[in-house]
Amino acid sequence: MAAKPTFSQEISNLLYASQGSPLKNCIQCGTCSGTCPVVNYMDQTPRRLIGMINANLKEDVLDCNTYWFCASCYHCTVRCPAKIDIAEAMYAVKRYSIWHKTYSEDLVGPTFSETFVKTIINNGRSFEPVLAPTYMFSMGIKEVLQEAYMGTQMMLKGRMPVLPTKIKRLDNFKKVIRRIIPMGGEK
Amino acid sequence: MKKFAYFPGCSLEKIALSYNKTSVETSKILGVELQELEDWNCCGATTYFHVDQLLAYTLTARNLAMAEKEGLDLVAPCSACYKNAYTTNKYFKADPDVAEHINYALEEDDLQFNGDINVHHIMDIYVNEVGVDAIKEKVKVPLEGLKVAPYYGCQIVRPRKNGEDVENPQFFEDLVKAMGAEAVDFAERLRCCGGSLIMTSRTAALDMVRVLLKNAVDSGADVIATACPLCQVNLECYQLQVNEEFGTDFNMPVTYFTQLLGLALGMPKKKLGIGSELVSAAPIFGEF
Repeated sequence: MAAKPTFSQEISNLLYASQGSPLKNCIQCGTCSGTCPVVNYMDQTPRRLIGMINANLKEDVLDCNTYWFCASCYHCTVRCPAKIDIAEAMYAVKRYSIWHKTYSEDLVGPTFSETFVKTIINNGRSFEPVLAPTYMFSMGIKEVLQEAYMGTQMMLKGRMPVLPTKIKRLDNFKKVIRRIIPMGGEK
Repeated sequence: MKKFAYFPGCSLEKIALSYNKTSVETSKILGVELQELEDWNCCGATTYFHVDQLLAYTLTARNLAMAEKEGLDLVAPCSACYKNAYTTNKYFKADPDVAEHINYALEEDDLQFNGDINVHHIMDIYVNEVGVDAIKEKVKVPLEGLKVAPYYGCQIVRPRKNGEDVENPQFFEDLVKAMGAEAVDFAERLRCCGGSLIMTSRTAALDMVRVLLKNAVDSGADVIATACPLCQVNLECYQLQVNEEFGTDFNMPVTYFTQLLGLALGMPKKKLGIGSELVSAAPIFGEF
């Protein structure tokens, strides 16, 4: 019987298209944590997160907010002396937590991502006004008020779209998606 | 005249309409022909990658395949669109297995991608194809005395595309100087604006914006110039929220580099898209 992959191996497998070094090459130097502009808001620093993945501390990794606070700025990636693509690794853990629905409910990130992707699948393009209300229930009241104010100001300045733009070959577009992710339904 | 397939991206349809218009106009003046990609789709920003990597590459490859069909390289003014298109092109060429999966899916839209084109940011076209000296020659209204903070942000330089200097790039400064303006020493010019964290982790993102605004003020800048709609919206439209959150009093105009370039190239002022900001840039543009 084939051995069940470890958590560390599962995350590595999710990095299949990345050209960086394996996470195992991490030397725990902390350049990533020293570079990260969001590190003050993370439960665990990027260096610690990589150490935790390598040590198979699955529950501790999935419990922390670190990867959902990654802004994809790639500053760590370009500086890593072990040439690990750390930002891509953060994406890999995000995907793992979305697929397994392990993210904590007070995070807005996963809902935002899922809503955004659904909007694009339905239209082929992004559309801010539809996007906003659907994930706003995940935000705090202060953020919701800020967003409403901002939206109004942007609308007044002519910077908020009123109607969604759809691509012309939307049916084909959806079929393309179905060849990557089978979603049931027709064909 | 150099010709490219132009991929404006979703933000440039409305929120960053001024970036769209001034990119098209400045390109015309500089002898670059932009042919808008027909029926382009969203690049996925960062979110496709949170759901599925192959899906992310495939949907971006649809745009690449359409550009290739026209026999044109792809150019994007948005740094996030640029980064997604660039990395998809790179991985497609490097991994035949990824390429096969992508083309299998693209068959459904009668498209096929061969990896025969290159991807550029619009600033890359201006600096490396047109050239800073050629731009300088076309400047009609030198922006003398204007202190500009050249804000690179992230994805125009990172991840590294092709061996270029990611720690101390100078191309944005060179472009600002070509306009006759002064590029101030803006230490945090490569630090992230927070990107989509403004939606998902508000306090963290506002703090990131605060650091950048403070550094721009400290460096003596009159205006921050950006090359990405996410950077522009975070730095400009959320200034009031930053002021509320941290008790600051920032009032720093943030414009697209193409608006400043358009001004320098003698574009009529009413075509520069000034007036749609929440932090007015009118005083800056009124001086010239």
